[in-house]
Amino acid sequence: MSLKEKLLSSFIAFENQISMESNLMANLRGEAIKVFENEGFPTKKNEDWKYTSLTKVLKEDFSVFANTENTVEYKDVQPYFIHDIDSYKIVFVDGQYASHLSKTTHEAIDICLMSSALNKPKYQAVIENYFNKIAQKNGLNALNTAFCHEGAYIHIKRNKLSDRPIQIIHFSTGKETAMLLQPRNLIVVDENAQVQIIERHQSLSENPTLTNSVTEIFAGKRAVIDYYKVQNDKSEASLIDNTFIEQHKESNVAVHTFSFGGKLTRNNLNFYQKGQRIDSTLKGVTIIGNKQHVDHNTLVHHIQPNCESHQDYKGIFGDSAVGVFNGKVVVEKEAQKTNAFQANNNLLVNDKATINTKPQLEIFADDVKCSHGCTIGQLDENAMFYLRARGIPEREAKALLMYAFANNVLESVKIPQLKNRVNKLIAQKLGVNIGFDL
Amino acid sequence: MLEIKNIHAQIDEKSILKGINLDIKAGEVHAIMGPNGSGKSTLASVIAGKEEYEIEQGSILFDGKDIGELSVEERAHQGVFLSFQYPVEIPGVTVTNFIKTALNETRKAKGLEDMPASEMLKRIREKSELLEIDRKFLSRSLNEGFSGGEKKRNEIFQMAMLEPKLAILDETDSGLDIDALRIVANGVNKLKTKDNAVLVITHYQRLLDYIVPDFVHVLYDGKIVKSGGKELAFELEEKGYDWIKKEVNQR
Repeated sequence: MSLKEKLLSSFIAFENQISMESNLMANLRGEAIKVFENEGFPTKKNEDWKYTSLTKVLKEDFSVFANTENTVEYKDVQPYFIHDIDSYKIVFVDGQYASHLSKTTHEAIDICLMSSALNKPKYQAVIENYFNKIAQKNGLNALNTAFCHEGAYIHIKRNKLSDRPIQIIHFSTGKETAMLLQPRNLIVVDENAQVQIIERHQSLSENPTLTNSVTEIFAGKRAVIDYYKVQNDKSEASLIDNTFIEQHKESNVAVHTFSFGGKLTRNNLNFYQKGQRIDSTLKGVTIIGNKQHVDHNTLVHHIQPNCESHQDYKGIFGDSAVGVFNGKVVVEKEAQKTNAFQANNNLLVNDKATINTKPQLEIFADDVKCSHGCTIGQLDENAMFYLRARGIPEREAKALLMYAFANNVLESVKIPQLKNRVNKLIAQKLGVNIGFDL
Repeated sequence: MLEIKNIHAQIDEKSILKGINLDIKAGEVHAIMGPNGSGKSTLASVIAGKEEYEIEQGSILFDGKDIGELSVEERAHQGVFLSFQYPVEIPGVTVTNFIKTALNETRKAKGLEDMPASEMLKRIREKSELLEIDRKFLSRSLNEGFSGGEKKRNEIFQMAMLEPKLAILDETDSGLDIDALRIVANGVNKLKTKDNAVLVITHYQRLLDYIVPDFVHVLYDGKIVKSGGKELAFELEEKGYDWIKKEVNQR
């Protein structure tokens, strides 16, 4: 039985399990499973999936529902938290909420669980307004909608500021031989409100996991959101991250994606600008080796005038690693005075590594500034000579140059402890101790 | 200290150095002058060990040992320092962190522990004062957005920190205004001892007013065609290089 067939037949059992939900949800799920039934998983025939194949990943015999008893101790997972900051935490283990690892709140801001939001009447209005409104109606998102039951629900109300960052962490224990996880996050940041979020998916064993995550984010008027995705998973963990962001007037949203691990990682990151003077930032650092595969598929949809978008993705690819960058920028006819920038710079540090990079600009307005640039290169020999002539050995010199190459993406990280952590991950990833704390 | 014997070097099958002999003893300052394209920077790179150059013939001895087979960093660890004509920008790595890394890697190669932080700070303070470098400068990214003068001052600062036996200054005067030139030269002079040596590579005589050489060599078409005392530099400044070229071509 294929995974698709397995999922379709599991759906009936799942529906019974969640019979407490509203009619709204029952209808959404019913529609969604039909979409999934029609579309299934994307294949390479789909233009957006030309360079990324799910075929191998989908061959695993995934469990669709985890054993609810699976649990982990804080001491065993502590390294995966940014633990030197005071933060709210929403933590899941094999898709189930882990209250002993979490710290939530309901004081002026709601930082809690999607399952509560879907079941409790007090959240009904927000769910009706925002849930499944901007997620594209394709097979993967529909699959998530059909089966999702847990994830983070964050609502920062008007003029409020989350007093500390929020960490959303999804652990998978590997107690099932292979696990399919489908977290669903909803983040609503009202007018003038602000929040910083760090998201991580982490498997704790070498058993295969596949995560098909959907996150919808709404930024109200003048809202400010900083979102950080830390992707440094184990060698058998694959992630399809589907993130949709709707921005309103004068809001500012930045998403940083740090991709250092995992087997296959696909980031579908979509921005929709629905007001004037909006700022959208999409930045990423990818450093992978072995046979790892990271695919960034971005969309910025400029709908209104006087908005900006800034994209800057850096990639370092070693061994037989494969990178994909497909950055689409659409500027509608009404979106005059748009400033849209896109850069994708790559270093190939091995002859067998591959990068596929494809900017896609669709511009219908005539008074705009749009630029894009892709580069693929190797380490500069003169720079290597310079460092080595100062006594820095070849290996360390390479690492320093790679660090320098990726560094400017970190400048806009607003949480110093996170920046520090990412720096350390980069140093670790580059396999060196370069003599000072990066 | 440095004995170069009949060095022939080529890059991409093109001969650049065609039999160079040079003998530099501890305590000496040598200058190599010559027209553009004569091979001056190649000679500097070959001594420092740049791998793009292929040594066809000859040998380079440093403190009596053949360093021809040593890597770039191994030569640096032995005490060879090259001040670059075009120092490279390294964003995200501060001047301080860079020089700490360089110094401690050199110590590691010699089997020494990292320099204690207090000693490191003290040395950084002393040497940055010598080069009139202020504290803010040290926390900037290496060479990123530096003016020509700042880059060269930073090169000599690194030299001061690393205390090499042989310092090769490749066109250190290019892009310097007179004040920066004075500071850089003053730094080099103060670092000079009877145990180390300096090789100044320059197109113009200007720098040699400040760093006074014991010997001047003229490089032309990959060979040293004339050697003399510091007065040779004045002669070149006055007459240009054409008379040298003529003299060589008449031979």
